[in-house]
Amino acid sequence: MLESMSYTVPKLTDFSTSALDSAVRELLSALDQESAAVSSARNQNEVAHDVEWKQLWEEWKAFRDRWLARKNGITTQINDLWLKAAPKETKRDVGQRVNELKAKIEVEVGRAEAHLQRQESDDQRHLIESSGKSYASLDDAWRATQGVDITLPGIRRPLGAEHPVIKTMNEIIGVFRNLGYSVEEGPEIETDYYNFEALNFPPNHPARDTQDTLFIAGQESKPPRERLLLRTHTSPVQIRSMEKMKPPVRVVCPGKVHRNDAPDATHSPIFHQVEGLAVDTNITFCDLKGTLDHAMKALFGSSVKTRFYPSFFPFTEPSADVQISCIFCGGKGTRDGGPCRNCKASGWIELLGCGMVDPNVYGFVDYDPAKVSGFAFGMGVERIAILKYGVDDIQLFFNGDVRFLEQFG
Amino acid sequence: MKLSPHWLRDFVDLPVDYRRLADELTLAGIAVEGISGEDENTVYEMEITTNRPDAMNHYGVAREVSALYDLPLKPIEPKLPARQGKSDVAIDIQEPALCPRFTAREIRGAAIKPSPAKIASRLTLLDQRPISNAVDATNYVLWESGKPTHVFDLDLLEGRKLVIRRAKAGEMLKTLDGVERKLTTEDLVVADARKPVGLAGVMGGYDTMITEKTRNILIESAWWDPVTVRRMSKRHGIHTDASHRFERGADSESTVASTNRVAELILESGGGTLIGDVIDVIARQLDLAPIELDLREVKRILGEELSTVEISRILKRLGFLFRSGGEGKYLVHIPSWRLDVEREIDVIEELARLHGYDKFPNTLPAYSGEVIDQPDAKKDAKLRTSLLALGYNEAISLTFISKDDAKKFSPATEIDLANPISDEASVMRTSMAPGMLNMLAYNLNRGTDDVRLFEAGNVFQLADGKAVELKRVSIGATGSAVEAGVHQTGRPITFFDLKGDIEDLLAPFACKSLSYDAQTAGYYHPGRSARAVMDGTMVAQFGQIHPDVAALRKLRQDVFLGELYLDGLYRHDLRKVRYEALPRFPGVERDFSFVFDDEVVFEKIRAGVEDLGIADLQTFIPVETFHGEKVGAGKYSILMRAKFQSRDRTLRDDEVAGWSTKITKALEVLGGVQRA
Repeated sequence: MLESMSYTVPKLTDFSTSALDSAVRELLSALDQESAAVSSARNQNEVAHDVEWKQLWEEWKAFRDRWLARKNGITTQINDLWLKAAPKETKRDVGQRVNELKAKIEVEVGRAEAHLQRQESDDQRHLIESSGKSYASLDDAWRATQGVDITLPGIRRPLGAEHPVIKTMNEIIGVFRNLGYSVEEGPEIETDYYNFEALNFPPNHPARDTQDTLFIAGQESKPPRERLLLRTHTSPVQIRSMEKMKPPVRVVCPGKVHRNDAPDATHSPIFHQVEGLAVDTNITFCDLKGTLDHAMKALFGSSVKTRFYPSFFPFTEPSADVQISCIFCGGKGTRDGGPCRNCKASGWIELLGCGMVDPNVYGFVDYDPAKVSGFAFGMGVERIAILKYGVDDIQLFFNGDVRFLEQFG
Repeated sequence: MKLSPHWLRDFVDLPVDYRRLADELTLAGIAVEGISGEDENTVYEMEITTNRPDAMNHYGVAREVSALYDLPLKPIEPKLPARQGKSDVAIDIQEPALCPRFTAREIRGAAIKPSPAKIASRLTLLDQRPISNAVDATNYVLWESGKPTHVFDLDLLEGRKLVIRRAKAGEMLKTLDGVERKLTTEDLVVADARKPVGLAGVMGGYDTMITEKTRNILIESAWWDPVTVRRMSKRHGIHTDASHRFERGADSESTVASTNRVAELILESGGGTLIGDVIDVIARQLDLAPIELDLREVKRILGEELSTVEISRILKRLGFLFRSGGEGKYLVHIPSWRLDVEREIDVIEELARLHGYDKFPNTLPAYSGEVIDQPDAKKDAKLRTSLLALGYNEAISLTFISKDDAKKFSPATEIDLANPISDEASVMRTSMAPGMLNMLAYNLNRGTDDVRLFEAGNVFQLADGKAVELKRVSIGATGSAVEAGVHQTGRPITFFDLKGDIEDLLAPFACKSLSYDAQTAGYYHPGRSARAVMDGTMVAQFGQIHPDVAALRKLRQDVFLGELYLDGLYRHDLRKVRYEALPRFPGVERDFSFVFDDEVVFEKIRAGVEDLGIADLQTFIPVETFHGEKVGAGKYSILMRAKFQSRDRTLRDDEVAGWSTKITKALEVLGGVQRA
């Protein structure tokens, strides 16, 4: 303990302004002295070593505690001996003085700390310089004495990875959102009516065979159109959207769909689709082509070309399948001197189905096919994710293997 | 379906090689999915869409080629020898609605023997097994022109007549595949005077089929109602090349031509005599009224005008007869083989198809609407972003689970599938938990010990006979919370890691009260699980899974599960953030060290302190707890820290001391003993 720490807080009886001034002066003078003593404790002629610095910091802590300790520190004492003892009429004045003193004490303790830190760092620098080892520069010295192996791996807080299918789905939605499409959703368990009938799949139509439908049990007593099944496409949401709103309609319908397909590398009983629908006056087949050409370029890059050719879907007429130029071989059909496997050397990859909404569909939702026209399109999200990421087994999407999922982080 | 491009040369001169032809047919909607073989033996694997039964044969594809390249199409014109006498075979159509037309022809004295090489090899190339000249003739015609026909051994037909009628209940028919089939009154049959001899449009009868002994033959070519054929095919589980075509709509006017073509082929190879004329019974005329095509409608739908010259060319080559129907209009007669073309829009598709889809320019439509988000989109996004930030990988599992799991993991009534993929996937999931546990096990079984996953999806249940879908999020975690490494020691995931994550996930939602209790489902660990109750509704349950569940699933390390019930949670809005001024006055901390009975859980202590209503008490947190001999059995020591801070002034020591005393008293009331 430093000798200079001889100040004790006097008990005040006289609370006159002059008496208070004097007491404050005395206290501040003691504070200055003790602070100066702590700050200059290091032997000015020598460089202090670690052991000495430990001692110096002990002294600073003692100084801090003497003034600031909650139990019987000087700040606590002036609170008790001055403020609490002050007569009512002087409380305000005394309180203000006590608070000011407290603030000053905190500043002074902090100042002493900063001063010591500067000195310690100077000493360390000096020790390095005088250590006999020759460093090319001071930075080299710091590096040698305090450096760490920055090639060791950092401490990482794990981040979760987006599922490639959801990520892809969101990308697709984003492209159409920018074109003015709102997102619509619908139930996964659908009625025959929404999944088939209103989409112009009449009962007993062979086109239903292509859908490999999973049916809900115990529906026999219901009228056929009310029977429940797992939606085989998100197209029912188109019907639900048109029932809800009048043209102009622009919606994309993302979601999970189900098929009665045993799981293997290329089949899954669940997968995801994004369907789109635009209905308005004056929507044409050229608009359908332009929209999807734009969307494919947005998803796969501006150099991608699209190709449309006739297909059949009960709910569109004319119907089309869309191919994009192979993103692996650039549409050449050859890669690395051999045929491109991704497009089977054709230069094209089939990606989605689309068409002009069949007038029969409008009949189900009370739109006038003579006044409005529109187009619909649908794409399998897994198929696009498989292409984008080169995934070779669709099951990887659905077994939760983190070795797979973390690759998409 | 297989197709020989070489065979097409019978009808049209191909202007391009087989590879290019395949590509160009595909672009015209006649999809060639694969090519095998070379030259004459080249085989296309075709993928003909449901609506185009007319193209499921060589002549139909040749017609497409003719239309595509604007080339002449050669007709099929059977050359028949002079007929003799008159056939006395009678045809009686009792169901004109289901069989508008039935055609037959009699041949006597033909020899049944193997087909000529050309016929046999063509059929073989298409994977069709040659049987005999008479049977092969029908098969050849099916692949040539698409019309299914049938041949009977005439001597085995009783009463020299064929009746088209509904089957009688309980009537039996042994079909060509050798299966005895019990018929119902919904079946349509071809019968002789006594018994059914064929399932209409699906398969002929075994007992009247052509054999080596056959000498006299009756050829049948009819047109059957598509829905009736499809129902029978489904009911009896027989899908044939004939039923495939009839249920999609066969050519209604080719019954005579196909009969004659079969007769020609049989007579050429087996000899024999043609008896009388073709017997052609038309019970009902199919309505083939012309379609009005308005050129303005072509422009409105397609966005481009097509020249009248091109429209004429396309329609003519497709075999569509047409004439002017007034200003800017055509009347288009649809050929009998194109039953899929029923409306103006169908004709417009044909025009677009043969004009070439890629010739239409790409345009973007104008739009003046707004983009509207789904009501829960922001909440979904908030949860997902938080989960990813908390280190959970996004996963997707199957929507189906086993019946057993459905019962075990939810009290709800499950929804069964009528045709499930397997027993393990026989009901719609009632809970996300089994799927999540399966995924965690999948990882553990592959040597991945540190796993964090989440899945957002629907669960399904039956309520009042209706299927209900509820949004859920499941989270799963096992392994290390902190991975051991050069910088730090490792630490396994505990209940409190999960609770912290749940707290983070729930924090953005505005609520009056959020509390945690231990009333969790039976598949959770009785002492290490909790549920979160927000304004009286459970919004989450979470914790370690029950040791029994873990054992049953052979999970070899502690596994933690969480479920968020979004239907309840999303009733709460996202908290509206408002800036709060930063504190300008210093805070004061006070520590309290107490010993409590184990029964006095921290929530009780917290609530007890909260009830004191100390306005400037900002936080009251546990800093350290200790169980052990020092404190005695059934007790624990706890160090707690209170932080006092006022928004508008520096707190006085006496105030803080007063509050500390109050807190100490409250803790003592709860049975706490202050430690020295």
